[in-house]
Amino acid sequence: MSRQIVMPFGPQHPVLPEPIHLDLVLEDETVVDVIPSIGYVHRGLETLVEKRQFPEYVYIAERTCGICSFIHGMTYCQGVERVMGLEVPERAHYLRTIWSEYSRLHSHLLWLGLFADGMGFENLFMNAWKHREFVLDVMEETTGGRVIQGSCKVGGVRRDIDQETLKKMERDLKGFEKGLKEMANVFLNDDSIASRLRGVGVLSRNDAYVCGAVGPTGRGSGVPIDIRMTGYAAYGEVDFSPVVEEDGDCYARCAVRVNELFSSIEIIRQLIDRIPGGEIEVKVKGNPDGEYFSRSEQPRGELVHYVKGNGTKYLARSRIRTPTLTNIPPLVKMLQGCELADVPVIVLSIDPCIGCMER
Amino acid sequence: MTFLKKSPWLLHYDASSCNGCDIEVLACLTPLYDVERFGIINTGNPKHADVFVVTGGVNEQNREVIRNIYEQIPEPKVVVAVGICATSGGIFRECYNMSGGIDQLIPVDVYVPGCAARPESIIDGIVKSLEILEEKRIQMKERARQIKQGRSPGGGER
Amino acid sequence: MKPENQELRVIDTAHLIGEVEDFRNKGYRLVNVSCTRAGEEFEISYSFELDLRFENIRIIIPPDADIPSISGIYWGAFIYENEMHDLFGVHVRGMNIDFKGNLIRTTVPYPFRNTSFKGEGPCQDR
Repeated sequence: MSRQIVMPFGPQHPVLPEPIHLDLVLEDETVVDVIPSIGYVHRGLETLVEKRQFPEYVYIAERTCGICSFIHGMTYCQGVERVMGLEVPERAHYLRTIWSEYSRLHSHLLWLGLFADGMGFENLFMNAWKHREFVLDVMEETTGGRVIQGSCKVGGVRRDIDQETLKKMERDLKGFEKGLKEMANVFLNDDSIASRLRGVGVLSRNDAYVCGAVGPTGRGSGVPIDIRMTGYAAYGEVDFSPVVEEDGDCYARCAVRVNELFSSIEIIRQLIDRIPGGEIEVKVKGNPDGEYFSRSEQPRGELVHYVKGNGTKYLARSRIRTPTLTNIPPLVKMLQGCELADVPVIVLSIDPCIGCMER
Repeated sequence: MTFLKKSPWLLHYDASSCNGCDIEVLACLTPLYDVERFGIINTGNPKHADVFVVTGGVNEQNREVIRNIYEQIPEPKVVVAVGICATSGGIFRECYNMSGGIDQLIPVDVYVPGCAARPESIIDGIVKSLEILEEKRIQMKERARQIKQGRSPGGGER
Repeated sequence: MKPENQELRVIDTAHLIGEVEDFRNKGYRLVNVSCTRAGEEFEISYSFELDLRFENIRIIIPPDADIPSISGIYWGAFIYENEMHDLFGVHVRGMNIDFKGNLIRTTVPYPFRNTSFKGEGPCQDR
């Protein structure tokens, strides 16, 4: 039996742009246990709900995380709308869904780039981020913001997209998809990538379920959880099925995300085809009184915004349960028994978003 | 930038940012904006860095970490605060766990406002910081020369 | 948009473990554990899901009471329970991984118990 040593990982680490601290308990080169400790990015933004009126809190909700900010804002708005019994126009639902699918594309491309960088494949990192700029251009054209859009509000959306722009968006998707196919080929079929990822950080289906893995982390282990299937916003009106892989290793999680890129493009096409005309917002009267667990599928997994109103302009409580928080127990399970050199790749494979997690 | 003789390397630390500015800092390095053509490289090691780029405001937990990283960067060094949170605490300034902008803790040379700051303005800010870096380098040389000649450096150490 | 049906039952703390075990045996997945301050008391909600059926159970406790951990049934629950302890000061008995208040390190102990802000008055009053 060799001696155990504790090695710190982070908070400032070359592989991750964000601070997370893990204490790795090592026996030679093998990780036997992991103790995560968080709080480097903790702001306590849930408490601001008592300080900002409920329509203004959308901006705080969007700034929970800069990567999936649109979906945060949208989920919060859906919660408040449900509590207040507001009927949001169909067109607003479609626009929200289009923007959240573009967010997913941007987030997955960002992750694929960082993942390639984590493996030391710099060229592929640049390639993924080059494609990502296309998505950001569409975001900027339609909402005015690159990463933080601010286009969602309680009762609808702030901006409409005219028919001409929608047609252009659909046309441009073709070239974008072609570029993605070339990139996906490298991620899925390259020998060196496969030997770096296959069999690394295996999470069994049962572990994924008991630890509560959500999103691509769960779907990579064969747990078909996709909240989009509940049909919130306009997801009830498009045809798609969740992307599931069975192996549960880093390669499977990577493959889920690569394939979701194409499924997102398909969803956007259907939405642009079927978008109805009409109003994009309803007038908000009164104050929320009641509670609701608003759920949605973020690029990283299931997001829950719990909102509770007390009949005043200020909500009583907002609780944001982000997918990364839920994916930490599975990460601990994955890291137990892995090699030290694989730690960065495994940590990246759950797509950690620390800004989200600590709020 | 023609006066620049060396390639400045930057170190990026995410204080308590929402990631919006972080990904824009990273976007500066990638094909569309590509600051690497100016010789600017993002490094993970404070000992190699000249420019310290901080996003997000200071919270009680990362105070020590920021100070520690700042002290490890060799002189001359410049600090660029990217985003409104790093400048003043921004939208989160009232949160109980925030102490405000980066200038509460370390001297800041360039502020880049915006939520999230756009890559163009981040590049502008970094280019501006390079002028300050060059000035600091000249001052340092001057001080070293004076010490060599046996005169005490005027004005006191910073 | 299809509105989602969300069932919510308020139960007694003594029945918590039994109820959670029931959910586990039926194959439900743990979605969320959240704590809310309601006047002088805390509401703790446990959310579960199976095949897109979303169900909640809730216990209401006084602030200084302690509650049993469900991490023996759902291994991953420790992250929520530690978070609840660090932010609200709810004492959870028998967690499988107990960080003893060191998961989220904050300046103020139990900040969500009595929220405080920097600066006075509402930010913007219209």
